[in-house]
Amino acid sequence: MKIPEAVKTKVEAAIPLDRQVQAAHLYDKGRRWLTGTNGQKMFVEGPIPPVEEVALEDIDLSNPFLYRQGRWASYFKRLRDEAPVHYQAHSPFGPFWSVTRHADIIAVDKNHEVFSAEPLIVIGAPPRFMDIAMFIAMDPPKHDVQRRAVQGVVAPKNLREMESLIRERVRDVLDNLPVNEPFDWVSTVSIELTARMLATLLDFPFEQRHKLVVWSDLATSMEQANGGPSDNDELFRGMVGMARGLGALWHDKAARLAAGEEPGFDLITMLQSDENTKDLIKRPMEFAGNLILLIVGGNDTTRNSMSGGVLALNRFPDQFEKLKANPDLIPNMVSEIIRWQTPLGYMRRIAKADTVLNGQFIRKGDKVVMWYASGNRDETVFERPDELIIDRRNARNHIAFGFGVHRCMGNRLAELQLRILWEELLPRFERIDVVGEPEYVQSNFVRGISQLMVELTPKGAR
Amino acid sequence: MAAVTFVSHDGEKCEAPLDEGCSLMQVATNNAIAGIDGDCGGEAACGTCHVIVDPTWADKVGPSGPEEEEMLSMNPERQATSRLSCQIKVSESWDGLTVQLPEFQM
Repeated sequence: MKIPEAVKTKVEAAIPLDRQVQAAHLYDKGRRWLTGTNGQKMFVEGPIPPVEEVALEDIDLSNPFLYRQGRWASYFKRLRDEAPVHYQAHSPFGPFWSVTRHADIIAVDKNHEVFSAEPLIVIGAPPRFMDIAMFIAMDPPKHDVQRRAVQGVVAPKNLREMESLIRERVRDVLDNLPVNEPFDWVSTVSIELTARMLATLLDFPFEQRHKLVVWSDLATSMEQANGGPSDNDELFRGMVGMARGLGALWHDKAARLAAGEEPGFDLITMLQSDENTKDLIKRPMEFAGNLILLIVGGNDTTRNSMSGGVLALNRFPDQFEKLKANPDLIPNMVSEIIRWQTPLGYMRRIAKADTVLNGQFIRKGDKVVMWYASGNRDETVFERPDELIIDRRNARNHIAFGFGVHRCMGNRLAELQLRILWEELLPRFERIDVVGEPEYVQSNFVRGISQLMVELTPKGAR
Repeated sequence: MAAVTFVSHDGEKCEAPLDEGCSLMQVATNNAIAGIDGDCGGEAACGTCHVIVDPTWADKVGPSGPEEEEMLSMNPERQATSRLSCQIKVSESWDGLTVQLPEFQM
């Protein structure tokens, strides 16, 4: 039975979000019990063979361990060379097309008439009732209305106001880092800085900012969605906490505004002052979806570029010397780091009509995955694509922000944060050495570094 | 030689020659005009070559197309004569063309 949209909206509006999440949790427990899958993991890590040993049709880019095991680059390269629009018929997430060349990815990303972002932008699907509405997974015109309501949070006026705040915080974090002894860069710097930024964007209680990180990590680690390591019970409990936390934030902000407090430049205030979104709280699934989108969008991405930059400059030490000799290269290096890291590996689309892409016939309803991580290593666009070259002429042509109507909304804020981080790192430290091997996230979507042990040598120490 | 003037957000003026057949974005990047990024390379898919055409030139340069409009409509700095410069094919007959640059490219 198909439930009419209006009825669904009304029912959803009448039940508080945390209750809905609890109900979804019960449903999911029932499903796992009925299907006898409780406690079973969808993915167990095993060694991935070198790409030359795999038949072309068996190449499965949805394997959530490809990035962790360092095989991803060779797998992408083989597809770019031999089957740039490639069909995988039997993945654990069902059949899907992989688009791996830069030009083909732009063609798909631009064409929302044929390639729909609905209903989801990951290869799989989250647990039922967790597939909530967010504008990254909506087509125009609905997408445009919702995005416009929040776009202002990263508008020039706000960025100007944020710059000095960001710099102050970066200084605070960097001035308190341990020197000449190993520590984890990811938790101490990358997560800390992005969490502070997010708390500001949302005007979320600053001392509780770690919650935003927990929620974001839960939202991106669902195994059914992208092969992440999530435990569904933990996931649902976390989402109930999030529903309550964000609901409380909304009501608190509304009350403060009603009491005559000066409106802030944060996201919640923006949503509450826009005609289209001022009652968003009454559409709880949409409310949650769009806030999660902005939390995840501002979290995993910049975090992993903050870590990836340190890693890349260690892999290519001559580039670090080049940077020290010419700090004016920082803005271009920021683009190059984002290209090299590509924190989100892909975006997914569904074909709305039969179509032909680079000679391959794609049927209406087929899943199409645009592998940004591959487009950013396309040798026809980027010379020596696997190397970090901080003065690369066309670094800005990277595809990590996506192109078309879904292009990353926070791109300028991300660049701003990364630029300031490096501007403040250079005068402080002579060396930033990665010690030991980094640890990587399990996911086919997030290209994340979970641990990066480093040792800092302060300037003038020798 | 026919020239276009780019006026930065701070009012600083920069001239560049109008090469027939080039897009205005190419004219800007070929002449290292600061404030025009052109990240997508001219596909009207990133919005980072946004210019505001001087109103006296708006008719000659023409209005934005539908593809371009999708990117422009999301830009908070968008104005009535906003265009993506990659979608403007320049003409040598446009000597004196003036365009304003936004504060930021989104």
